[in-house]
Amino acid sequence: MKILSRSYLFIVFALLYAPILILVVFSFNEGGSLSAYTGFSLRWYRELFHDQVALQSLKNSFMLALGSSLLATLIGTFAALGLDRMRHRYVRSAINSVTNIPMMNPDIVTGVSMMLLFVALGGMLGAGDVLGKWTMLIAHTTFSLPYVILSVLPRFKQFDKTLREAALDLGCTPAQSFFKVELPAIVPGVFSGLVMAFTLSLDDFVISHFVSSPDFQTLPLYIYNQTAHNVKYSMYALCTLIIVTILVLLLVVNFAGNMGERTKRKKEAVK
Amino acid sequence: MKDKRSLLEKAAAVPHTVWIVLFILGPLLFVLYFAFTDTRGNFSFSNIQLLSSYSHIFFLSICFALVATAFCLLIGYPLAFVMARAKPSTQKLLMLLMMLPMWISLLIRTYSLMTLLDNGGLINSVLVALGLEPLTVVGTGGAVILGMVYDFLPYMVLPIYTSMSKLDKRYLEAAADLGCNPFQTLFRVVLPLTVPGIVSGVTMVFVPSISTFYISQKLGGGNFDLIGDTIERQFKYASTYHIGAAISLVMMILILISIAVMNRFSDGDGEEMIV
Repeated sequence: MKILSRSYLFIVFALLYAPILILVVFSFNEGGSLSAYTGFSLRWYRELFHDQVALQSLKNSFMLALGSSLLATLIGTFAALGLDRMRHRYVRSAINSVTNIPMMNPDIVTGVSMMLLFVALGGMLGAGDVLGKWTMLIAHTTFSLPYVILSVLPRFKQFDKTLREAALDLGCTPAQSFFKVELPAIVPGVFSGLVMAFTLSLDDFVISHFVSSPDFQTLPLYIYNQTAHNVKYSMYALCTLIIVTILVLLLVVNFAGNMGERTKRKKEAVK
Repeated sequence: MKDKRSLLEKAAAVPHTVWIVLFILGPLLFVLYFAFTDTRGNFSFSNIQLLSSYSHIFFLSICFALVATAFCLLIGYPLAFVMARAKPSTQKLLMLLMMLPMWISLLIRTYSLMTLLDNGGLINSVLVALGLEPLTVVGTGGAVILGMVYDFLPYMVLPIYTSMSKLDKRYLEAAADLGCNPFQTLFRVVLPLTVPGIVSGVTMVFVPSISTFYISQKLGGGNFDLIGDTIERQFKYASTYHIGAAISLVMMILILISIAVMNRFSDGDGEEMIV
């Protein structure tokens, strides 16, 4: 039984990783072939680093992820504070339900619905084609918000309210008690929300696909365009670099003890 | 009763509320608007009526997504079971290995699978080198389903694993003491207790499967038109927003209904369990 279950584990993980590993190995392949390994070479990496469009997309991706995650964290943290203090139960659950819609809806529906809004508003205001970096910023902020709130709100809820009273008794003003006592307790939640929003933004393809324009490409959009028709070997190099970056980040984050939250949250949202 | 909340506390959720009304509810209203108007902006049911000519696409997508979800469950459930019974240190490593692919872009994973299976890919050149017939995989329905299973398997395994690891081991011992054989224990104790994990796993695989377009484009070789492909074409190339909005609306409603039904199903089971 033990051998059986071990070999099952081994087979599934081997199949899961085989395509990725082969992609990594062939990114160092000298010849332009997917099937014959003709020798080690950094040729495709050199080609990638001379590709101005790729570099620009990388820069765009990072700027967008930085901007949208900061904005979502700012709005989301205040929202969590407001939701925690809110007296009307129905208002609170209404806000929560609407916030979670992008988590439950398929990405393609979120993407096209935002595209319709932007296109229609652009038409009404006579602004013409508004799709571009600003619509990307709005879209990425919107789908990151539920993740930020879900990581900050529990911190407010878990916070021991008697600590605030103690601070007030000991002579703090309400503002001081908030900034000196309560805020430090929620900072870890704010930080993990920020990291989550940042990675979600970097990773997003489907929603960006609908709210972007050709003059503002992110890395996933660039990969999509490059792989649309034929195989480009410099994409192997790019994918390898991305995989290595994710592996390193994941190890770092794992040690910080943030793992599993993304799944848990998605699960909670589905319920 | 006097409201002791400060102005900041009262107003903190306002920017967020404005934001979600503008950018979550607003877009959905535009989907409704476009689905029920014609190109001149007049109210019309013509888009909804046109949907009947898309019924085979809906049918095909639902079939593909259901088959992929079933395979994920069949592969993922035993996997989660085995993972949950490993040593704690091994469990941590296995979890990390299961999560890593989730963080790698779906584009990259699908693309790497495609290049492996392609006509000139590694598998076929090995087959030819062995003197065997090469296989045509890319461009078949099987390849699309394989792609869905490959891409979304971790989304099935992780929630099931979570509910599996919460399961009290003493239940299993009690079942065995009371005369259950291992299969009875599995079907009468473990399976009912992990229904919540199964439900969220099924949802997390079914929703992206039914709405995908990249997987069917890459692995289906353009031979299969799924709902996602149809919507993508209406919005990115054809600019026929009205019919695209109608298709999106129907898909969204289908998915929300199935999520609601599944959750009811799992809640009901949970109550029975407690009784």
